[in-house]
Amino acid sequence: MKKTAFYNIHKTLGAKLVEFAGYEMPIQYEGIIAEHKAVRESVGVFDVSHMGEVEVRGKDAFEFVQKITTNDVSKLEEGDVQYSAMCYKDGGIVDDLLVYNCGDYYMLVINASNIEKDIKWMEENLSGDVTLKNISDETSLLAVQGKNSLPTLQKLTDIDLSNLAYYKFAKGKVAGQDVIISHTGYTGEKICFEIYSSSDVKLSEELWNAIFEAGKEFNIKPIGLGARDTLRLEYAFRLYGNDMDENSNTIEAGLGWITKPDKGDFNGKEVILKAKENSTRKLVGFIVDDRMVARHGQEVFSGDKKIGFVTSGSMSPMLNKNIGLAYIDNGYNKTGSPIEIAIRDKKINATITKTPFLS
Amino acid sequence: MKYPASLKYTKDHEWVKVEDNICTIGVTDYAQSELGDIIYLDITAAEGTEVKMGESIGSIEAVKTVSEVYSPVSGKITEVNNSINDNPSVVNTEPYEGGWIVKIEYNNADEISNLMDSEAYKELTGA
Repeated sequence: MKKTAFYNIHKTLGAKLVEFAGYEMPIQYEGIIAEHKAVRESVGVFDVSHMGEVEVRGKDAFEFVQKITTNDVSKLEEGDVQYSAMCYKDGGIVDDLLVYNCGDYYMLVINASNIEKDIKWMEENLSGDVTLKNISDETSLLAVQGKNSLPTLQKLTDIDLSNLAYYKFAKGKVAGQDVIISHTGYTGEKICFEIYSSSDVKLSEELWNAIFEAGKEFNIKPIGLGARDTLRLEYAFRLYGNDMDENSNTIEAGLGWITKPDKGDFNGKEVILKAKENSTRKLVGFIVDDRMVARHGQEVFSGDKKIGFVTSGSMSPMLNKNIGLAYIDNGYNKTGSPIEIAIRDKKINATITKTPFLS
Repeated sequence: MKYPASLKYTKDHEWVKVEDNICTIGVTDYAQSELGDIIYLDITAAEGTEVKMGESIGSIEAVKTVSEVYSPVSGKITEVNNSINDNPSVVNTEPYEGGWIVKIEYNNADEISNLMDSEAYKELTGA
């Protein structure tokens, strides 16, 4: 199993480690609910170094990224980050990703479990003067999230973080190290940063320690993948493999806002345009009227008729309610509609709810 | 991790406290630690009903996962810890005390003698 550069730190902190996407990753340290609240109330740090990073260079790099992604890369200026999706020609989603415009090249940030598949798909789509470089193994990635991430990190850098707008990034030094720091995240927190740095173990540990020293006064905490999931779900951020995959398209997944058919040709465009007309289902949020938690894969009913399935479910530590996302057939998926979820041998009531669950 | 010597254990991570003809049953410290934050117990076994050894008596919802609880013995359910859902995290903080789940009047002493002692259980969990 692969390890990130922070592995020894996780061990020392007593994290519970699990296999995730071929990596031994911390699922929790203190406990999911306490970690979740630490991010919402102050600041938490996630090791997400298992994520993949690919550099795209060459004079045709723009055309290439424009063709493989659904969002409009022409709107992306140097220093901008864009959330996007990559589709197969049949419209099925290969992955969701972040695109960084680094001026003379692009950096694509992809899901850990999809790195191999994504790169294979990118290679099949290469044309013109484009080169790909997988820098995943040489890159550490820390997400520092929550309102006190700004005062914490500002102590460690000359970059004016309060002027770094949402979905902008800067290259510079944090704790003396060369990094890319972006105002991005997967928690729903408005103040949130992600830091790409060297995966050298010594440097990575120094960076981690510097951040924790700077955040001490804010009671900064390490956060595992367990809370990463509950945090993202409160804001209905999609998780690839749960809420979308090769069998769903961006329209039904509620990602129409990152799908720009007017930009020109791109993989999956025709299917996506048709889906806009004749999609039969939609990914929606729900709140369970019960203390049982809906989980991925459970079937959803209206009376005896199966109308969909749950893609993500958890309790929400902030709402203290059980929430989730589900694909629900048209005719049944309006906000406020009652649904029933089959949990083990019971059917429990839930209500379709607008998302995000928190605002 | 606690493995009280006074209790008996199952491979499914339940503990059993035997007092006269009554078994008090819960899940072990190891089990609660593996489950993480516990948020709800769906106890399906009702007071006065009979259960067989190995039968499900309910399930434990944690934030991340759900796990069945199996009856370690056969007999009649005499008491269900209904107050547990006022504060389900008691299973995390006091798995052997406030976190007890049901009491069963057992009817087969052989089942009791087949349960693991704390040493054997500790070994099972790799501690």
